[in-house]
Amino acid sequence: MNKENHSVTQKIVEKWGARKDCLIEVLHDVQEECNYLPREILTEVSEELEVPLSRIFEIATFYKGFSLKPRGRFRIEVCMGTACHVQGADIILEAFERELGIKVGEMDENMDFSLDVVRCVGCCGLAPVVTINRDIYGKFGPGQVSAIIEKYRSIPKKKVDIEKKYKEIKRKMKTENG
Amino acid sequence: MPFRADVLICMGTSCIENNSFEIRELIQEEIKKHNLEEEIRLVSTGCFGFCDAGPIILVQPDGVFYQRVTEKDIPFLVEEHFLKGRPVKKLMYTPPKEKVPIPKLAEIPFFNQQILIALRNRGLIDPEKIDEYIARDGYAALAKVISSMTAQQVIEEVKASGLRGRGGGGFPTGIKWELCRHAGEERNEVRYVICNADEGDPGAFMDRSIIESDPHSIIEGMIIGAYAIGSHQGYVYIRKEYPIALDRLNTGLEQAREYGLLGDDIFGSGFDFDIEVHRGAGAFVCGESTALMASLEGKAGVPRAKYIHTVEYGLWNKPSCLNNVETWVNIPVIINRGAKWFTRIGTGDVSESPWGGSKGTKVFSLTGKINNTGLVEVPMGITLREIIFNIGGGIKKDKKFKMVQTGGPSGGFLPEELLNLPVDFDSLTKAGSMMGSGGMVVGDEDTCMIDMAKYFVSFLVTESCGKCVPCREGLKRMKEILERISEGEGKEEDIELLEELGFILENGALCGLGKSAANPVLTSIKYFRDEYEVHIREKKCPAGVCKELIEYGIDQEKCNGCTLCARKCPTDAISGEQKQVHTIDTSKCIKCGICYEVCRFDAVYRK
Repeated sequence: MNKENHSVTQKIVEKWGARKDCLIEVLHDVQEECNYLPREILTEVSEELEVPLSRIFEIATFYKGFSLKPRGRFRIEVCMGTACHVQGADIILEAFERELGIKVGEMDENMDFSLDVVRCVGCCGLAPVVTINRDIYGKFGPGQVSAIIEKYRSIPKKKVDIEKKYKEIKRKMKTENG
Repeated sequence: MPFRADVLICMGTSCIENNSFEIRELIQEEIKKHNLEEEIRLVSTGCFGFCDAGPIILVQPDGVFYQRVTEKDIPFLVEEHFLKGRPVKKLMYTPPKEKVPIPKLAEIPFFNQQILIALRNRGLIDPEKIDEYIARDGYAALAKVISSMTAQQVIEEVKASGLRGRGGGGFPTGIKWELCRHAGEERNEVRYVICNADEGDPGAFMDRSIIESDPHSIIEGMIIGAYAIGSHQGYVYIRKEYPIALDRLNTGLEQAREYGLLGDDIFGSGFDFDIEVHRGAGAFVCGESTALMASLEGKAGVPRAKYIHTVEYGLWNKPSCLNNVETWVNIPVIINRGAKWFTRIGTGDVSESPWGGSKGTKVFSLTGKINNTGLVEVPMGITLREIIFNIGGGIKKDKKFKMVQTGGPSGGFLPEELLNLPVDFDSLTKAGSMMGSGGMVVGDEDTCMIDMAKYFVSFLVTESCGKCVPCREGLKRMKEILERISEGEGKEEDIELLEELGFILENGALCGLGKSAANPVLTSIKYFRDEYEVHIREKKCPAGVCKELIEYGIDQEKCNGCTLCARKCPTDAISGEQKQVHTIDTSKCIKCGICYEVCRFDAVYRK
């Protein structure tokens, strides 16, 4: 077990006051940190929170937001909400599967992309919607799939943090407003 | 010195996706360039609700409304409107039919037919500033309650208002509060208030919008509720798919604590209350009250039978009062303006019992094949026709209206004959659908009812928690049957079998979501039986959706040989020379729909 991971687990558990009822929150933070839920970290969480590992696996498999497998650096999620469905979300999903050569729930060989479906991201005005990490693409169509994959593939492999953009703008706004 | 004008820019999720942040920065730059910093002020607001028109800018005090603003419009806009005082016509909202731009927000049909209670502060305040909420009478209701009302008086007021739960069930809020208070009193127990912000219904996004545009209204509602039932701890359970909403809610909570509106000794009254936020993890079933509470306890979100209601034994087996976001948001208004005022809006008579009618307003998210997608808040009792055709602006591309789906996976489809149905809790239930959380998805002639029924059943199959047999197995069988029908393998008796399975689900499933899970299928059969019969007997899909039953082709008249479809086709199924009519080789075609999407001349058809 490497030391760095251990401190990550402890930090997260401490943040939630080592409360058993905050297990789901702890798992969220672990996934944000590691991109998925690695078994060794879950074992540590189990020890730290004194929750049986079997319970943790129950939670990790029950909720669709958690992944026990590593995911690609870009997580493509095709929205399958009703508004997206009536405007052709399934043919968009098929186009991604074809273009990436993988099925829903899988990751491509280069670990660039993983493909998932999501139940309504709540931007129904933009339907059909595809999200890639935190970027949202609205009024999407199967014809745009290959271009968007190329766009992301060409991004050099370093930590891509779209959320940072949002935080940065927020920080700017705060300073503006005093 | 006061500012000459305020420029309000929408910072809801949809507008942010359309670059409203960048637009804000650009306007700031342009204002600086023209030395207007002392005259024009920029304000970031929450969602306006007219998501289809985003990014949205509203200029006050004149009320000029700009839509679909792009970055390259900004220099012109700033120079024309703010420097020269000439509003820019080409960025104004233009109704598809009249073709005359409408300059003011208050004159746009989408906005001027709404009554705003839950969305009262939308597009008016900066959701990240508590002072702006307070300036709009925020926390005045809380002050009134704590300084001059007893808990029982608060409960009586809410009961008299006739407010019913906006999450879908429509249980009278005041009665729920009373039950919860008394359950706790008898046993002298800790009580909890919970806000359900796990908006799982696909196609509904009012909770997200409310939290993003007015987080304090939820906090205030919850504090009042806590005071009424005697609780000191609240929880908000919010979807993880809504990062911006989560962020604004946390900001709101921090500010409320800073101002002494949360925490110990609120307003020096001796009343203590605080709120904790928990994130969901992507499970539709967690919108059900008992499942949500299990999830809050850190367990798998599986419902339990409700022989004993959660107001008696809820979270941690303590009396718990759970209400939806929209319900909480209504509370401060009811307290401020009084139950009497509230009962003037809506249908029925609630003077004897809150079950007697549907009072107040309801927020709907209007989506699908409709011109004005967005959030609308309308008085209860308005007809579907008014919502869809007056506010929603009718069907996209002037196609024919076919159905509207209300209530998400628990609701049903309503056909054209029922367009004059008044929208309230009881009328919708009678028609076989339900209010639900307020999703309204409109389908046109290109929407296939078998496909829609299959969509909802597939959704529910993946989301079923698996605890009870009717839901776990019954839905799977329904899905198989619907798949068979959509593939042209349907049998005569399939319709009856579906109805029978639906009956079993309605009567045998454990939780509310399971009991209502067959509604989409049952209503699609009830109102669109002929479409099932065409699929089964003639093996055809009249709407051109079911892949196995349709073929793609190119209209000889309309094709001008631009070669775009042939270049985009992933299987090289399209052939034809430049400027010559193209053809599709149906043996190679995988029906991916790309040619249909890319053709600019509507030459590709499917039937």
